[in-house]
Amino acid sequence: MSEWWGVAETAKRVRSGEVTAFRVVEDMLVRIARLDRELGAYLELDGDGARAAANELDRQRKAGELLGPLAGVPIALKDNLVTKDVVTTAGSKILAGWNPPYDATVVEKLRAAGAIIVGKTNLDEFGMGSSTERSAFKKTKNPWDLSRVPGGSSGGSAAAVAAGMCAGSLGTDTGGSIRQPAAFSGCVGLKPTYGRVSRWGVIAYASSLDQVGPLARTVEDAALLLQTIAGHDPRDATSLATAVPDFVDLPRDVQGVKIGLPKEYFAGEIEKGVRVALERAKTALRDAGAILVDISLPHTHLALPAYYLVAPAEASSNLARYDGVRYGTRAEATDLLSLYMKTRGAGFGPEVKRRIMLGTYALRSGYYDAYYKKAQQIRALIKRDFDAAWASCDVILTPTTPTTAFRFGAKATPIDMYLADIFTLSCNLAGLPGISVPCGLTSEGLPVGAQLLGKPLDEASLIRVGGAIEDAVGLRDRRPGGFP
Amino acid sequence: MLEDWEPVIGLEVHVQLATQTKAFSPTAVKFGEPPNSLTDPLVLGLPGTLPVFNQTALELALKLGVATGSQIRAKSRFARKQYFYPDLPKGYQISQYDEPLCEHGHLDLLIGTQLKRIKLTRIHLEEDAGKNTHVGSVSHVDLNRAGVPLVEVVSEPELTSAEEAAEFMRSLHRLVRWLEISEADMEKGQLRCDANVSVRMRGEDRLGQRTELKNINSFRFVQNAVDHEIARQLRIVDAGGRIERETRLWDADAGQSAPMRSKEEANDYRYFPDPDLPPLVVPGATMGTILRGLPELPIPRFERYLRLGIAADDARTLVSERAMADYFDAACQVNPVAGVGRLIGNWMLTELLGALNADGKSIRESPMPPETLAALVALVEDGTISGKIGKEVFAESYRTGEAPLAIIDRRDVRQISDEPALWEIIDNVVKANPKQAEAYAGGKDGLFGFFVGAVMKATSGRANPVMTTDLLRKRLGR
Repeated sequence: MSEWWGVAETAKRVRSGEVTAFRVVEDMLVRIARLDRELGAYLELDGDGARAAANELDRQRKAGELLGPLAGVPIALKDNLVTKDVVTTAGSKILAGWNPPYDATVVEKLRAAGAIIVGKTNLDEFGMGSSTERSAFKKTKNPWDLSRVPGGSSGGSAAAVAAGMCAGSLGTDTGGSIRQPAAFSGCVGLKPTYGRVSRWGVIAYASSLDQVGPLARTVEDAALLLQTIAGHDPRDATSLATAVPDFVDLPRDVQGVKIGLPKEYFAGEIEKGVRVALERAKTALRDAGAILVDISLPHTHLALPAYYLVAPAEASSNLARYDGVRYGTRAEATDLLSLYMKTRGAGFGPEVKRRIMLGTYALRSGYYDAYYKKAQQIRALIKRDFDAAWASCDVILTPTTPTTAFRFGAKATPIDMYLADIFTLSCNLAGLPGISVPCGLTSEGLPVGAQLLGKPLDEASLIRVGGAIEDAVGLRDRRPGGFP
Repeated sequence: MLEDWEPVIGLEVHVQLATQTKAFSPTAVKFGEPPNSLTDPLVLGLPGTLPVFNQTALELALKLGVATGSQIRAKSRFARKQYFYPDLPKGYQISQYDEPLCEHGHLDLLIGTQLKRIKLTRIHLEEDAGKNTHVGSVSHVDLNRAGVPLVEVVSEPELTSAEEAAEFMRSLHRLVRWLEISEADMEKGQLRCDANVSVRMRGEDRLGQRTELKNINSFRFVQNAVDHEIARQLRIVDAGGRIERETRLWDADAGQSAPMRSKEEANDYRYFPDPDLPPLVVPGATMGTILRGLPELPIPRFERYLRLGIAADDARTLVSERAMADYFDAACQVNPVAGVGRLIGNWMLTELLGALNADGKSIRESPMPPETLAALVALVEDGTISGKIGKEVFAESYRTGEAPLAIIDRRDVRQISDEPALWEIIDNVVKANPKQAEAYAGGKDGLFGFFVGAVMKATSGRANPVMTTDLLRKRLGR
């Protein structure tokens, strides 16, 4: 009975003593054991750790101690978030069996708030992918249609949330890796402003784009998780020293809120079901008093090429540390060069190698200006597009993805896969906050996500407008068939 | 002809900054600890770790930047220098590339007692790598040194001999210690040097093909390695050969260098701005504090000492380290009258340094404070004691710590400078030696010394020697 409780509801019931944290965790572990064999959302479960944490919470409650805002809430973590003494792999063979000696800042914060980490979820290796098919370990299925991908790279987190195998989860978003799987799997996924959430303990893919954020079944739950993990961290020099506003209990009134509709996002090829669902969201917002404004973000078409220079370049550097010398998988070798080549040759999957090679190429001496630097200049142009747009609107509404969840193996070429992120990349390049909120199902019964992009540090408006979409056309209590 | 060729040398010197903790993480910096005991998740390059720059390292680097008259970049940038090596846990070194902290500075060298100004291309911040050691077929990595903050000081190719290169190192060594930004202990690798060496025909503006010498870890090695490389290159050009661009490793034991890698094997470091670190901003307040707190530097001090009438060689010794110059200035300030500097300088460099050397002590460990030396010098200068007695008083005061005046009074060694009293003594001495007085009057000049000696003997050496000479001449009649 407790499995479908969300973040807010679980915390409330545990704090009131209506249910013990141990009961909640035990039920969740049983459910995971029952469902995850089929779904494949988790790479690693920490049953013992979760039960111990739950027991400790129950003891604290009995002793009359004050419990945190997430007391007893079972949380799943994308496996690129470093967890002390819980194997962390980033979905890569090169880190298979790595047992970290420290917790990521977001993990510390969750634990301090009373959340219980039940396990680590599947992802495309190092976050490089849009379907979770690029995990070195397993496939994760979309709970709404087992023949389809859950999206990626935070596909395990999205599937776990969608199937009620956790109350909420954290993912990371470098080019859409929270929002796209949220859209495919019928969850709310929020990518905060770059610097809003600490990256300490986040296994880097592309440092200037990576950001941690929540996936949950409701906007309220996502807000509660964001509230917990946001804030300045002296261990992350890119984290912003800005006060965190209240994200919880925001009004959902959108009267007079100006919502920009960028023509570039609606002009391209969009699946009919997605288009129809977005129209419903637009209509609902207009009916609720929002003002829809046509805007233009003229450099949108440059986001994809810029992203595929910046992200691989940074990745090629960030992944240099996986050399087999200090941790992770080490290949047998007789000399240094072959140690590197064999370790990295066997440890990385093809997509990771592809991006390392792209990035290495882009950073070569004499090519830096033509590639990496130019891509950074495009970022500035994209950011300028948004700065200009904010003159006429408060938030921007787009589809999160051009299609609904695709079938396994459907994106045969890397380019096809890259195009799945076409609507989510600009947000990361500009460092803006973004959210994907479900806006109904297609006639095939597949979820559709509406994406909202906000001004820097204005996650509050995303939560507010996202809440309004959720109230009007969201999935609310709709659960994927077959997962009662 | 070999005389037609001139060597051109540029140096790249790494200086370890004397911070308590590493450049980008809070782990302590120490020397001689057990291998890999000074590490943390960042130093180990564990996944998910991030660097946060140590602001103390910035302050230390800024001191050097200001002291070398460099242009300071208000907003500089860290860049990643990428290569694979086991002592480099992240697969890249955090350094600075096209936006370094300091540019266009200079370092003034004292070549003998002549000044020579060498331009500095840049001074940038970076982190040190760890250390690999090889025992037989097994290699070990010690990461204690990894992440220690360094500045790299890059000179223009303006040095023209191995001696100048060595002097550059000495001057930089003195400066960083003077500024208290580094211990610069070369045996601990806190000051390390790579040298770029080339030769060209005299009168030629263009530089010849250079080689880079690595692993030069003492002043003597700088000189030996550069000399050796100049000679090697001259042999090649003399035989009509061409210098190949390469990196050579100096082997101090063998006294020669060996090729390490050629240009073809050179790394492409794929520099790019480190996305984990925001631009390094120099706060205005920090800059103000550094400018106000900057000590008087060695070369201006050398020049001031010359103006005090101190001989150039002595002035050079006095600025050889800051503690010496500070001792000297403190002693001079006790009684700042004209000419006192020269006297104190003499006493310091002969008596004090002699005594310290004999004891194997540095100026910092001097048992005699500058005020005491100044008091002693004043007592000699005002005639209370003679210079000869002064040396004895110095030795006793140095040994026991007793004040010079107390020693003088206790030993009753005040100089006799009272004219009637001295006249009476001299008169008695002359009367007691009538034959000699007669002989002297008869033209035997050599006997004057006999009378001086007799007066000194009669006064236990306390007679004022100048007055004694004057009065003796008067008494003896010429």
